Amino acid sequence: MSITQTLPANGSDCAPVLNKGVLRERGQREVFCGLTGIVWLHRKMQDAFFLVVGSRTCAHLLQSAAGVMIFAEPRFATAIIEERDLAGMADCHDELDRIVDKLLTRRPEIKTLFLVGSCPSEVIKMDLAKAAQRLGTEYAGQTRILNYSGSGIETTFTEGEDACLATLVPEMPVARPDAAQELLIVGALPDIVEDQFLRLFAELGIEPVHCLPARRACDLPSVGPNTRYLLAQPFLTETALALEDRGAQRLDALFPFGAEGTTAWLRAAADAFGVDEMHFNRVVAPGRERAKRAIAHSRERLEGKRITFLPDSQLEVPLARFLATEAGMIPVEVGTPYLHRQHTARELELLPESTRISEGQDVDKQLDRVREDKPDLTVCGLGLANPLESEGFTTKWAIELVFSPIHGFEQAGDLAELFARPLRRRDVLRV
Amino acid sequence: MQLSVWTYEGPPHVGAMRVATAMEGMHYVLHAPQGDTYADLLFTMIERRGKRPPVTYTTFQARDLGKDTAQLFQDAARDALERFKPQAMMVGASCTAELIQDDPAGLAEAMRLPCPVIPLELPSYQRKENWGAAESFYQIVRKLADTAITPRGEKRALVNILGPAALGFRHRDDVIEVRKILDTLGIEVNMVAPLGASPADIARIGAADFNIVLYPEIGDEAARWLEKTFHQPAIRTVPIGVGATREFITGVAALAGVDPEPALGDSSSRMPWWSRSVDSTYLTGKRVFIFGDATHAVAAARIAQEELGFVVCGLGCYNREFARDVRAAAKKYGVEPLITDDHMEVEDAIAAASPELVLGTQMERHIAKRFGMPCAVISSPVHVQDFPARHSPQMGFEGANVIFDSWVHPLVMGLEEHLLVMFRDDFEFSDEAGPSHHAAHSPKTAAPKVEIEEPASEGELWTEEASRELKKIPFFVRGKARRNTEAFAAEQGRAEIDIATLYDAKAHYAR
Repeated sequence: MSITQTLPANGSDCAPVLNKGVLRERGQREVFCGLTGIVWLHRKMQDAFFLVVGSRTCAHLLQSAAGVMIFAEPRFATAIIEERDLAGMADCHDELDRIVDKLLTRRPEIKTLFLVGSCPSEVIKMDLAKAAQRLGTEYAGQTRILNYSGSGIETTFTEGEDACLATLVPEMPVARPDAAQELLIVGALPDIVEDQFLRLFAELGIEPVHCLPARRACDLPSVGPNTRYLLAQPFLTETALALEDRGAQRLDALFPFGAEGTTAWLRAAADAFGVDEMHFNRVVAPGRERAKRAIAHSRERLEGKRITFLPDSQLEVPLARFLATEAGMIPVEVGTPYLHRQHTARELELLPESTRISEGQDVDKQLDRVREDKPDLTVCGLGLANPLESEGFTTKWAIELVFSPIHGFEQAGDLAELFARPLRRRDVLRV
Repeated sequence: MQLSVWTYEGPPHVGAMRVATAMEGMHYVLHAPQGDTYADLLFTMIERRGKRPPVTYTTFQARDLGKDTAQLFQDAARDALERFKPQAMMVGASCTAELIQDDPAGLAEAMRLPCPVIPLELPSYQRKENWGAAESFYQIVRKLADTAITPRGEKRALVNILGPAALGFRHRDDVIEVRKILDTLGIEVNMVAPLGASPADIARIGAADFNIVLYPEIGDEAARWLEKTFHQPAIRTVPIGVGATREFITGVAALAGVDPEPALGDSSSRMPWWSRSVDSTYLTGKRVFIFGDATHAVAAARIAQEELGFVVCGLGCYNREFARDVRAAAKKYGVEPLITDDHMEVEDAIAAASPELVLGTQMERHIAKRFGMPCAVISSPVHVQDFPARHSPQMGFEGANVIFDSWVHPLVMGLEEHLLVMFRDDFEFSDEAGPSHHAAHSPKTAAPKVEIEEPASEGELWTEEASRELKKIPFFVRGKARRNTEAFAAEQGRAEIDIATLYDAKAHYAR
C-alpha cells in the first residue's frame, strides 16, 4: 500500500465539516467483537469455513451468538488455545497445522478457509498470516487459506465482516485495463435482497454487476481501475481502502435503506453508468412507490416518536436518517462504535440539527443520558435491552437489524415494522 | 489446541460472573478486552434478568495495549465503586487479560479501596465455568466470613444452603422446594448463597450449625473450607428424585436432631403412584442414555433405574472435576462411564447405544432430534425455554413430580408418533385426516379410500371363511396381519389361505 493511496482515507476522518460536534467517548463498551460476523458470513459464503484461533471464551461467544445455528453442521469452529500451546510458539503452529489438516480431511468441499485471529492469538502474537501462507502452499489447488482478525481489541461487531472482505480484495483477479466499466456491490446481503438489486440493475441496463462477497468465495469478481463500487453497508472502511488500492472507485450515495435511501443508492450507479433519467424513473418508480406504501403502515406508530441508538453495528447513522426522513421519528442520540465521516457524510447531512451524534462509548454514562432523555424507543444490544425494559424503556434489540433483510425497496416496510413492533407491543399489553 | 464447535462450559470468568450476578451488593471488575461483554446477555436473555449483571469490564482495545491497560483497570474499579457502591468487590482477568499480565489483584490492593476486595485467579486455559464459579464462591467465603462468629448451637438448628447461583438449571425453584422441607422440619435457614446473599450475609456464614450443599459443582469447595474453619458438617445428598429426597430429609433431620416424619410424609409426592400406575408399565426396561453435569447425571440415573424402571444404557458427564461420582454410578449400572467435553464423542456414544430416551443438556436435545430419539433436558447448559416462568424444580417431591412429567412426556409423544407411522395406511390416522375432533367438519381426504384396498388385495387366495376372520381383527393391525399371512403362505407354498393358515402365520410371527 503506497502512501499516496492511503492519504485520502486518512483525510476522510475529518472530511466534511459537520455543523455540530460529535461526542467522542471512551470507557466500558457494551459491544460484540468482530468474531460475531462469522455467524452471518458463513451463511453467505457457502464454500468457506471460518476457523477461529482463540480461547474457550471465543467458542462460547460464537455459541451464544449463533444460538440454534450451531447444531446445523456449521462451517465455523474454534481451535481452543490451551495451557500447553502457551508454553512455546513453534508448538502452537504445529497444533494449528494438525487441526487444519483434520478439518480439511473431514470437509474436503471447503474451498476457502479463513484463519480468524482473536484477542488471545493477537496478544501472544501468533502469526496467523504466516500460518495462512504456509498452509496455503500446502493446500494449493484445493483450498485457499486466508487470515483476518476478528478480535475484540481490533474490531467491533460488523467490523469483522470488513476485515474478512478486506482480505478477499487482494485475491480478486485483475480486471483488464481496457475493460468496460463494471459495478461491484460491496457488503454481505441476504440472497433475496441481493437478487432484487441485481434485477433492478439489469432493468436499468447496468451490467455486469458483481457482489463482494460472492455466494461462493471461490468465485471472486475481478477488480481494476474500471470498477465502480457501491457500499451496501456502512461498516466497510478497510474493504473500501483495499478496493481503492486496486484502482476501484467508490460511488458516493446514501445507504439503501427505505424508499429514498434505496433510490439515491441506485441513482448513484445510474449516474455513473449514464442511465437516462426517464428510464431510471420508470424502472425505479414501482419499487419506490411500494416501499412508501409499506412504510406508511408503520408511520402512524413512529411519527413524532423520539429514538436513541446505542452503538453496535455502524448501521445507526443511516437507520436514524431513514427513520427521521421517511418515518417521521426524532433521533435524540445516535451512537455508533465508529463514524466514517466520508462514507456517512450524506447521511449525516439529513439528520436533524438537534441530533446528538456520539462515537465510541462509556456505557454507564450513556445509560445516564438515556434515562435523562427518556426516548420513546432505544435501540441497543441484548445485554442492555431487558434491563432497560424493566426500567420502563421500550427497546429494539439491535442485532436483529444485522440478521434480517432490511435493505432495498421491498424490505423498507419490514424495516419500519421492526421499530414499530416494540411500540405497538408496549401499547397492547395489559399486564 | 482443541477443535471445538460447541462447548458445554464457558470460561472460568463466566463462572465468577454467575456468582457475582447471583449475589446482592457485590460487584465484579473484570479486566477483559472489548467484546467480552457478550456474556451479559446470558443473564439478561437466557435467564431473563431485568438487571444488568453487576460486572464492569475494562474493555481494553489494541491501542491501549502496552501503555495504560493497568491504569484502565484502576479507573474502571474506581468508577464502579463510586457508581455502584458495592459492599465488596471481586477483581479478576478474562483469558486475554491473563496473557497481558496486569495483575488485577495487585492493582486493586495498591488502590486501598474502602471495601473488601476478593482477588480471583482463574486460569482460563486450564479450567472452565463450573470451576470458576466454585473457586470464586470459595474465595468470597474465605475472604468475607467472620471467623469470630461460631455455630450458634441452639435447639432450633440453623443451616446454610450452598451452591445456587445465577444461570443455574432450576436453581430458583430448587431453593423453594428445599426451604419447604426445612420449614416442615422446623429448621431455620441462615442464608442461601451465593444466590441472593450479600457480602454482609456471607460474614455471618459461620453461625450456621451445618451446611447443605445443593450443587457440589459450585458449593463444595466452600463447604469444605467451612467444615475446617467452623466445624460445620455438610449434607451432600442431592435431593433429586424420591429416594434421594427421602435420604436427604433423613440426613438433615439427623443432623438437626429432629423427627424426619413430617417431611417424609409429604403428600404432594405423586411420582411413586404415577410410576406404579398401569399406564406406566410400558416404561419398563426402556433404555435411557444420560449425560450432563455429574450431579444431575448421577441423580437422573438413580431415578431412571429405581423410580421409573428404565435401564441405564449410557452415563456420562462433561465436568471432569466430578467424574469420580459418575464412574462409581456407571459401575453400579454396568455401563462404561463417558467423561468428555467433546460433543462429537457424546454423539457417537449415543448412536452406538441407540437408546429409547436421551436425558441430557441442550446439546443432547439436538443430537436426539437429529437421530429422531425422544429426549428431555436434565442439566445445564440449557436454552431460554429451560428457565421457565412456571414453578419447575428438580429437587424435592415436587421436583420428582416435575421430572416424571418431563421425562415421560417425550416418550408418550414418541409412542403417539410411532402409532401414527404404524397406522399411516388407516384413514383415521393418515396425515391428511386432520385432528380427530375436526374430522367431521373438515375431512381432507375422501373416506372411501380405505374400502378400496381390502377386498381387492385378498383376491382368490383367501377363502371366504378366512376373509371373514380377518375382518374381525381390529382395523389398525389388520393390514399387518394380512401382509404377514400372505408372506407366510408364500413362504410355505400354500395355494390358499384358510383359517388355519391365518393362525399358523400368527403363531409363526409371535415373539
